[in-house]
Order: sequence, then C-alpha cells, then structure tokens
Amino acid sequence: MHYIPVIALLLPLLAHAADGQSIMQKGGANPAALPCISCHGTDGKGLAAAGFPRLAGLPEAYIGKQLADLKAGRRENPVMQPIAQSLSDEEMAAVAKAYAELPKVNVKAGPLERPQPGSGAWLALRGAWERNIPECTLCHGPAGVGVGTAFPPLAGQSALYIENQLLAWRGSTARPATRHSKAVAAVPPSRRNDPNGLMQHIAADLSAAEIKRVAEYFAGLGESQEAFDESQHRLR
Amino acid sequence: MQTTIFRLLPLLLALGLGPTLAADAPSNPRLDDQSQLTKAPSKAAGQTYFQPPSDSEIPNNAFGEQVRRGQDIFMNTKALAPDYVGNEMNCGNCHIDRGRKANSAPLWAAYPMYPAYRKKNNKVNTFAERMQGCFQFSMNGKAPTADSEILSALTTYAYWLSTGAPTGKALPGRGFDEPLPPKGGYDIARGQAVYEKQCVICHGDDGAGKKVGVTAVFPALWGKDSYNWGAGMHRINTAAGFIQHNMPLGRGETLSDREAWDVAAYINSHERPQDPRLVNGSIDETRKRYHADDGVNLYGLEVNGRKLGQGTP
Ligand code: HEC
Ligand code: HEC
Ligand code: HEC
Ligand code: HEC
Repeated sequence: MHYIPVIALLLPLLAHAADGQSIMQKGGANPAALPCISCHGTDGKGLAAAGFPRLAGLPEAYIGKQLADLKAGRRENPVMQPIAQSLSDEEMAAVAKAYAELPKVNVKAGPLERPQPGSGAWLALRGAWERNIPECTLCHGPAGVGVGTAFPPLAGQSALYIENQLLAWRGSTARPATRHSKAVAAVPPSRRNDPNGLMQHIAADLSAAEIKRVAEYFAGLGESQEAFDESQHRLR
Repeated sequence: MQTTIFRLLPLLLALGLGPTLAADAPSNPRLDDQSQLTKAPSKAAGQTYFQPPSDSEIPNNAFGEQVRRGQDIFMNTKALAPDYVGNEMNCGNCHIDRGRKANSAPLWAAYPMYPAYRKKNNKVNTFAERMQGCFQFSMNGKAPTADSEILSALTTYAYWLSTGAPTGKALPGRGFDEPLPPKGGYDIARGQAVYEKQCVICHGDDGAGKKVGVTAVFPALWGKDSYNWGAGMHRINTAAGFIQHNMPLGRGETLSDREAWDVAAYINSHERPQDPRLVNGSIDETRKRYHADDGVNLYGLEVNGRKLGQGTP
C-alpha cells in the first residue's frame, strides 16, 4: 500500500507531459500553444467558414507529421505554425493520438457516380490524365475517406480548407506589368511537405477554377450518421 | 471452381488423378498464354497519340448503356464479376485511365488488332480470347465464356474507345513501350532500394497493397492478391515498361530505364499465385514449356537460395 503516494505524486506529472485531451481543451505547457478546440472545434470537426481543418479521426501518424512539418517550416502558415512551434515533441505525439481516437469521417457509399466531364466530380473520380493527374480518390480513397496513414481524408474537410491547401502547394508564377496592372512577383509554394512530390505537381497543374470545383465536390460529400458497411465494395 | 482445381492439381496428381486434367489444360486455347505483343511503332515528334472519344459522346441508348456497363466492369472487376476474379485486381489497375492511357496497353490500340494470327502455334486469337487470358492470368481467375454478358460489355466498351482508329494497323502507344535492358543487366538489390524509396508508401512493405474495407485501393504487386505466374506482368521486361510509363502513380516517365528494370525485377522475384498451366505439378517442366522463352522472367529460377514458382497458399 505504501506505493500509492508515489503514483499519486507522479500522476499529475505524467498527465501534464502527455495528456492529449488536456492539450486540446487547455493548450500546451507553453501559453503560445493555444487550446486546439478554440479553432478546431469542441468536436474536432474544424470550423468550415474559417478554413480551420477537421482533426477528428485523422490518422495519428498524419497529424504528427503535419505538426512536425509546421514546426520545421516545410509547411508554412501564419496561424498554425507558431502553435506547432510551441508544442514539445511529447505534446505533439499525445495530441495526435487523442485526435486520431475521435470518430473518423463516415461517408456512405452511393450508387456508381457518372460525373460530367469538366466538373469537380470529374477531377475527383476520373482525374486529368492528359496532365498526369490521377483521380483524387485513387490516393485519397473511395469517397475521399483516406487510405492508410499517409493519404489523409478529404471528405470531412471544408471547401475553403481544401482550396487553401491546393493553393499553398501551387504557389504562383510571376506576372509582368501590363498597362492596367503592376507586375506581380512569384509566390513560392508555402506547403512543401508531400512525400516524393506526389501532391505538388497535381496542385501546380490545376487551374484556380478547377481547384474551386474539386474542393466543393469533396466538401459537398458531407458526413453520414449511418455507419458504412465495410464488407460492401465501394465502386469507382 | 477452375482455380480450386488448379490449386488442387498437385494433390490430385499425387493421388494419380492428375493426367486427364493436366492433359486437358494446354489444349484449351484460352489457357495458351498471355503472350508478348510485338513492339508498336513509336510516336513521331510533334505527333499526338490516338484520342479515344470523350464520355460526353456516349449515346443515350442501349449501345451507350452497354459501353458504360463495360467500363464499370473494367474498373470494378472484383466487385462486379467476382466469380471470375481470383485475386483482388481490376482490369483498370494495369490499363490506366480506364483503358485510355497510351503506353498502358490501352484498349483503343488493342481492339482493332484482333483477330490476331499467331505464328507460334498457327492459331488465330480473337479479342474475346485475349481478354479471357487476362481473366485467367492477370486476375488469377476463371474466364467468362466468349458470349457472356461480361465479355460482351467489355468488348462493346473497347469497340467504342476505338472509334475512328484504323483496323489492323498498330498504333503508337500500344502495349507498354518497354525500355531496353540496362547495360550489365538488372539488379534485384538495387530494385529493392528503388521500391523502398518510391513505391512502399502505396504498395506496402509486403507488396500486398492497401485496402479501404474490402475495396482494394493500391493493388497488390505480389502475394495471393496479385497477378499469377502466367500473367504478362510477371515478365520483367513487360513490368519495366508499365512501371516506367505509369509509376509512381501520377509521376510516370521519372524512372530511368535501369531503375524501371531493377524495380520490376524486385517485384517479380516474389511469390505469387501458381501458373494455372502447371505441367505435371512440376515447376521445372512448366518453366521449360511456358517460361523459358517468354521474355525475361524468374519463374523456376533460384533467387536468394529459393526456387521461385511455388505459388501462394
Ligand atoms: C488560432 C487557431 C488555431 C488553433 C488554436 C490551433 N490551430 Fe491547428 N490549424 C489552424 C489553421 C488555420 C490550420 C490550417 C493551416 C493551413 O491552412 O495550412 C491548422 C491546421 C492544423 C493541422 C493540419 C491538419 C491537416 O489536415 O493537415 C493540425 C494537425 C493542427 N492544426 C493541429 C492543431 C493542434 C494540435 C492544436 C492545439 C495544440 C491546434 N491545431 C490549434 C488554426 C489553429
Ligand atoms: C498520387 C497520390 C495523390 C493524388 C492522386 C492526390 N493526392 Fe492529395 N495528397 C497526397 C498526399 C500523399 C497527401 C499528404 C501530404 C502530406 O503528407 O502532407 C495529400 C494531401 C492533400 C491535401 C491536404 C489534406 C490535409 O488534411 O491537409 C489536399 C487538400 C489534397 N491532397 C487534395 C487533393 C485533390 C483535390 C486531389 C485530386 C485533384 C488529390 N489530392 C490527389 C497524395 C495524392
Ligand atoms: C496485372 C496487370 C493486368 C491486369 C489486371 C489486366 N491486364 Fe490486360 N494486359 C496486361 C499485360 C501485361 C498485357 C500484355 C501487354 C504486352 O505484352 O505488352 C495485357 C494485354 C491486354 C490486352 C491486349 C492488348 C493489345 O494491345 O493487344 C487486352 C485487350 C487486355 N489486356 C484486357 C484486359 C482486361 C479486359 C482485363 C480485366 C479482365 C485486364 N486486361 C486485366 C496486364 C493486365
Ligand atoms: C501514390 C501511390 C502509388 C505509388 C507511389 C506507386 N504506385 Fe503502383 N499503383 C498505384 C495504383 C493506385 C495502381 C492502380 C492504378 C489504377 O487502378 O488506376 C498501381 C498499379 C501498379 C502496378 C500494376 C498493378 C499491379 O498490382 O500489379 C504495378 C506493377 C505498380 N503499380 C508498380 C509500382 C512501382 C514499381 C512503384 C514504384 C516505382 C509504384 N507502383 C508506385 C499506386 C501507386
């Protein structure tokens, strides 16, 4: 019985070092690591109108990688980067685990879709192979539910967030001055963290209008309350 | 059913029940092989590949319905034709962009080239027989009959994709436009390094690919869920062509000839389902009859002290 006091003494320490729940609700040890829920929502489903992404149910390894990439500057963002930089490695691991344990996005499988050429659904389900752009669902999974730990879900994210990420990977090229407008300098991509450049060339070769359309397609998939029966095939 | 029989073949042979079955197999023309295509002409600079029609041109009638049905089966073979698929593959896994992409054995370059005369056995192979070959070997399954609903739909889809293509004239983009073998030969160990850097993220350490629920998303490159030892993709030269033009996904044409050959050899040095033509239960006899002069392949050869061609349980 005499070991109880020792544990009681250790508990708050342990909890502080690695309590994902507490980081979500109250922030990290460093006050600059703001409580995640204030932007990512109390349910972890993000804030669509502000472009704050859903974190609930994302793969643990994926969340951990994004926090590390933000901290190291391979992914730049004025709002999220300072927060990632204020989290310790242990805190990152703990909060990644806690978010991964929340419910995953659930999209019911519909009937076979017949997308219209040129639509957002077309890019999502058919791609643009003449530009070497595979259909998004080939990597992000049927209905965009994500595959394994490296390919995050697109379903469950807002159009604004998806669009922001594609634009971040794309950057923009310089435009010379014309009679009506000043010269615009090139903006290098602010997200440079995709493994083996799998995502960058895709974003770079999509037009701004296509990016909008495909972002709206995934945002429009919504989330189903009824669980998907995993023994059913999802059709392409 | 047929696949079960083939799996049971060694056992049946041991029981003395084999010879009738074994003798039956090679005489079935469909079981012949998934032979190499002859080299297609290359595309001249400035020339574009043949353009198949766009989906918006599919007519709204019974013909259009059949075209769509064919495309659906091509893309979801495991889900829509489960009785004929013994692994987890779909036709579209190797014939990229729904059978439309040049240098991915596109259907528009294939359909107008059949019926094809084959000198090797003095036979004529029809388009349906060619697809039956893919069911037997690439899909490790059982071929639907030539007049089945499945093959009719697939044929209609291929016919529609070939709208406007000349008959009997090989088009640039046919097959996989294989790179020449690297000087000094391929190297499996070097191939493993390419695999670990460029492919493992999708196809996995164990080559089994990745699934979402029961649906295969990244297809298996070896093991029980992949193509069998009789499939065209088991040839290193053929796989090198496919890989160089189409992999890593979306980043085709980035691997050198050497990298493509090395990684193709690495993939094809792993076990996969047995060749359904297995002769007398013997790997050596099967190598002699079907593999010895079928391009570059490792069936029946020893790699790292292990003879390949055992099949998967
Ligand atoms: C002040 C608002 C704010 C707070 C607080 C905040 N975030 Fe973020 N977070 C963002 C924004 C904005 C983005 C999107 C950045 C971008 O567009 O690249 C983001 C992105 C992320 C991502 C990347 C998600 C993805 O799908 O790639 C992760 C992971 C993340 N935040 C984790 C956290 C954690 C953990 C906390 C709490 C410690 C936290 N955030 C607190 C605003 C916030
Ligand atoms: C060849 C595979 C591949 C294809 C095809 C692909 N992606 Fe991605 N995508 C990735 C990978 C890998 C990542 C994760 C990058 C990382 O680790 O930060 C990613 C990440 C993303 C993200 C960021 C998600 C987040 O939570 O921050 C968005 C948005 C995205 N992809 C959109 C798309 C769209 C839209 C398409 C189709 C036009 C597409 N992707 C096609 C591989 C792919
Ligand atoms: C594992 C990969 C793979 C799968 C899966 C696959 N094939 Fe093939 N297919 C090949 C290879 C390899 C060739 C021969 C190409 C060569 O030798 O250059 C081929 C050739 C063909 C050809 C002849 C091409 C020509 O130009 O003459 C047709 C038609 C064809 N396949 C249809 C199908 C159909 C239908 C399915 C689904 C039932 C299918 N394939 C599944 C790999 C595959
Ligand atoms: C971003 C994910 C991704 C990467 C990376 C990738 N592949 Fe693939 N691979 C796929 C997908 C998806 C398909 C099926 C395409 C389809 O169905 O449209 C495929 C198909 C194949 C096939 C034919 C189908 C089969 O199972 O035999 C081979 C062979 C192959 N890949 C080899 C490779 C090799 C070798 C590499 C590395 C050089 C590689 N892949 C990298 C996703 C990937």
